[in-house]
Amino acid sequence: MAKKPDLLPGTLDMLILKTLTRAPLHGYGIALSIKRLSDDVLTVEEGSLYPALQRLLLQGWVKAEWKMTETNRRARFYKLTAAGRKQLGVELSQFDQMIAAIGRVLKDAQEA
Amino acid sequence: MARFFRKLSILFGRGRFQSELADEMRFHREQVEQEFIAAGMKPEASRYAAARRFGNATRINERSHEVVIFGFETLVQDLSFALRQLRKKPGFAATAVLILALGMGVSVGIFSFVDAALLEPLPYAEPNRLLSVDEMSAMFPHSNLSYEDYLDWKRFNRSFSSIDVYTGTGYLFRTPSGAEPVPAARVSDGFFRTLGVRPLLGRDFLPGEDKPGRAKIVMLSYGTWLKRFSGRRDVVGQTVSLSGEAYMVVGVLPREFAFAPRGNAEFWAPLLDLSGCEKRRSCHNLDGIGRLRDGVTMQAALDDMKAIAAQLEKQYPGSNQGQGASVIPLSEIIVGDVRPILLTLLGGAGLLLLIACVNVASLLLVRSESRKREIAVRGALGATRARLVRQFITEGMLLAAAGCAAGLGVANWMMTILGHLVPKDVAPRIPFLTGVGMNGHTLAFAGAVALVAAGVLSLTPILRLSFLEINDGLAEGGRNTAGRLWRRLGANLVVVELALAMVLLTGAGLLGRSFYRLLHVERGFDSSHLATVQVMAPENNYKTDSQQIGLYREIERRVAGLAGVQSVGLTSDLPVQCNCNTDWIRIVGKPFHGEHNEVNERDVSPNYLPTLKARLIRGRLFSEAEDKSKPRVIVINETLARKYFPGEDPIGQKVGTGDLAPEAMREIIGVVGDVREGALDAEIWPTEYQAINQVPYKYFAVAVRTAQDERTLLPVLVSTLRQIDPNLGVYGEITMTDQIDSTQSALLHRYSTWLVGGFAAMALVLGVVGLYGVIAYSVSQRTREFGVRMALGAQRSAVYRLVLNEAGRLIALGVVVGLACAVGAATLMRKVLFGVQAWDAGTLAVVALVLASAALLASYFPARRAASVSPTDALRAE
Repeated sequence: MAKKPDLLPGTLDMLILKTLTRAPLHGYGIALSIKRLSDDVLTVEEGSLYPALQRLLLQGWVKAEWKMTETNRRARFYKLTAAGRKQLGVELSQFDQMIAAIGRVLKDAQEA
Repeated sequence: MARFFRKLSILFGRGRFQSELADEMRFHREQVEQEFIAAGMKPEASRYAAARRFGNATRINERSHEVVIFGFETLVQDLSFALRQLRKKPGFAATAVLILALGMGVSVGIFSFVDAALLEPLPYAEPNRLLSVDEMSAMFPHSNLSYEDYLDWKRFNRSFSSIDVYTGTGYLFRTPSGAEPVPAARVSDGFFRTLGVRPLLGRDFLPGEDKPGRAKIVMLSYGTWLKRFSGRRDVVGQTVSLSGEAYMVVGVLPREFAFAPRGNAEFWAPLLDLSGCEKRRSCHNLDGIGRLRDGVTMQAALDDMKAIAAQLEKQYPGSNQGQGASVIPLSEIIVGDVRPILLTLLGGAGLLLLIACVNVASLLLVRSESRKREIAVRGALGATRARLVRQFITEGMLLAAAGCAAGLGVANWMMTILGHLVPKDVAPRIPFLTGVGMNGHTLAFAGAVALVAAGVLSLTPILRLSFLEINDGLAEGGRNTAGRLWRRLGANLVVVELALAMVLLTGAGLLGRSFYRLLHVERGFDSSHLATVQVMAPENNYKTDSQQIGLYREIERRVAGLAGVQSVGLTSDLPVQCNCNTDWIRIVGKPFHGEHNEVNERDVSPNYLPTLKARLIRGRLFSEAEDKSKPRVIVINETLARKYFPGEDPIGQKVGTGDLAPEAMREIIGVVGDVREGALDAEIWPTEYQAINQVPYKYFAVAVRTAQDERTLLPVLVSTLRQIDPNLGVYGEITMTDQIDSTQSALLHRYSTWLVGGFAAMALVLGVVGLYGVIAYSVSQRTREFGVRMALGAQRSAVYRLVLNEAGRLIALGVVVGLACAVGAATLMRKVLFGVQAWDAGTLAVVALVLASAALLASYFPARRAASVSPTDALRAE
């Protein structure tokens, strides 16, 4: 079985926040959503997801609420807060800068 | 801020946090399960697959929790774990805490005395600018000031903003029950201003109020105000009668005021009318204190005073030849004598603390040995080394904290006990006693001690941990290497303990020996069955010599008639007091250049020297007939004879004052063996005994030799003297034995001997118990080895030898290292030793013997256990 690529360090928070921009989701939904949107490339380990959610809660970037799912099950839904939206903007721009920087390095390396 | 509150709400709603997290994750897992089922898996298999994918739920829970908890919560976890550990072994915990508490309590208790005495000795404003200003002569490094010299010093010096003087005196204070002699002091007008003390009530002495002929005024000490005037505020302005004269009370001194050199003075009067002594420049009876000007150093002040003294020497060669100046910190006068003793005690207490720490550390080592498996398991379960180290530190801290808390209790108790040990009449002379207690310094010291202890206690197992490969602990065979390592470390600790115990025992031994020497120093008289009392004859009733001599004779006659009394004598000063009240003599017919031949002067009745049972060596003693009508005669002691008449017969020689004034010429009629006039540990000075009938004096002491118990005689003696004249001041009744026991040198030696002895006893017990622990542990580790040896034919005696050899090596090493350290330590404390050398072979040998036999005895028990091992049992146990 081919090893799936690890998430880039520090990107999990950003991915969670991004996933939540469309609608509030529970933990499983978040994991599923990331997996689907990445065409099965990115898998979020449960062992990282829940500590990360606690971290985001603590920072006040997301809010949690117990609600019923479509299948009528009780689940904790996470919702993006205004502060979370702002944080996402910050992280996205930092990420873009980093990707651009990595791209420049790689391009340079190819040309050389 | 919001974060903090969120954390706080989670901390208090921990149960909810956990259950919500669990719910959430269960939901997640079920969803995953559904996923697998949808993919066509069987429900059973899909549950396992989901659980596998999910991993360790508890671990996730913990990690999620770690995100939201405070740092201190892990500490709380560690602490509760440590507490559980200690509760599991209450014996260990109790022993460790007890040992620590003893070590800490003793050192904190002693420190509180050191702090009070050496760090904050003077309760005055800017105490480090206060100096003791005295004269200096060949015999006295700090001699009293003469009044005239004082006036000149005060006038000419440029170093002090003020110089003032004080001197002791006594008054007869009239009470309803008769005249009571009370100690008092006379001071120059600025005395209290120089100290920086303001009266609690009324006013201070004004400049010029100390001059002869000024109004008689007095200030009260706080205790006197309470005791004799019931603390009435209107006492200021009233007059009191002191020795028959009316003095007006102008002020009351504050409660915290204490002046140790005159600690028991109840009344403080200005100098006023000069005594006979104060009218002569050659007579020294004052002590000076000076407050340094800003920017002037003590050395500069000393140079200044020396220059003035040199000038006076030129100006008044008759009185001032050889009179220099001495300027030392006032604190030196007050605590100089006790400093070496206190430092010795502090050192002893420190060593005891060290032994206690080492002992607890080795206890911890043994315990960490038995916890090897636990640590290995925790390591295997993923505890990082840092986490294990933190656990050890927490445990060390916990022990140290418990020990320190208990230690503070011990310290408090120690301070009370030590405070009570000081006799009541000595306490006023030890001003710092009031400063002893739990104050900021003491608590800071206790905190520092606790920190060091915590460091030692947590470092030991950590060191142990780094020796130990954690995984080894899981393997059965891991015992041997680790056991050896432990033995080496534990054994080293025991050697340290034994060596320290050796040092303390030697210290105690040397102190005990010097105390013994001190009490058995040659005194030159028989101090048993001797009762003494001080008498003060009121000025007004005994104006003439014949009145005074009449009083002497009446006292001797009446007291001699008491039951059991064998003889009675009078003296100006009793023996074993001080080398003081001296006279300058000049020997007629010997070269003289104005030097001060300082000798003790004692004015005694004819019966006094026989009453003491002093040994007459040559010539004769005084006769009752020798009074002012006859030529003056003196008896000298052996030291005077040896010093001033080497190889000559002193009998018949003449002695006089420097100017050979005819009225003071006296003939030597006898030589007696040296009677110890000064302190027990002071050298014998030349002494002259004058006939009290020829030089009558209003203050004197009565010495009575009785065939019966001298203590029961004391009250009879006092009442008899009061019957003779109710106006007599009668005080200070004490037996000679008690008086010798309560002299400062005896007191200091006794206390230090008992205290260091106590420390040493504790050290001995701790050291020996530590050795027992090591040997017993080693035996328990080697049970199988002994079993094998015996199964192969080794005799029990061989096993004994094996164990005792191991113990013997440790003991020998401890004793040898201890000997070296002990001699070093004893050299440091030689100041407090008397009549014994730091390397006193007898003491060292006895101490080594005691320690070695106690230690051998302690290792005998485990050795016996080893030898009584049944080979089959030992082998089967594996």
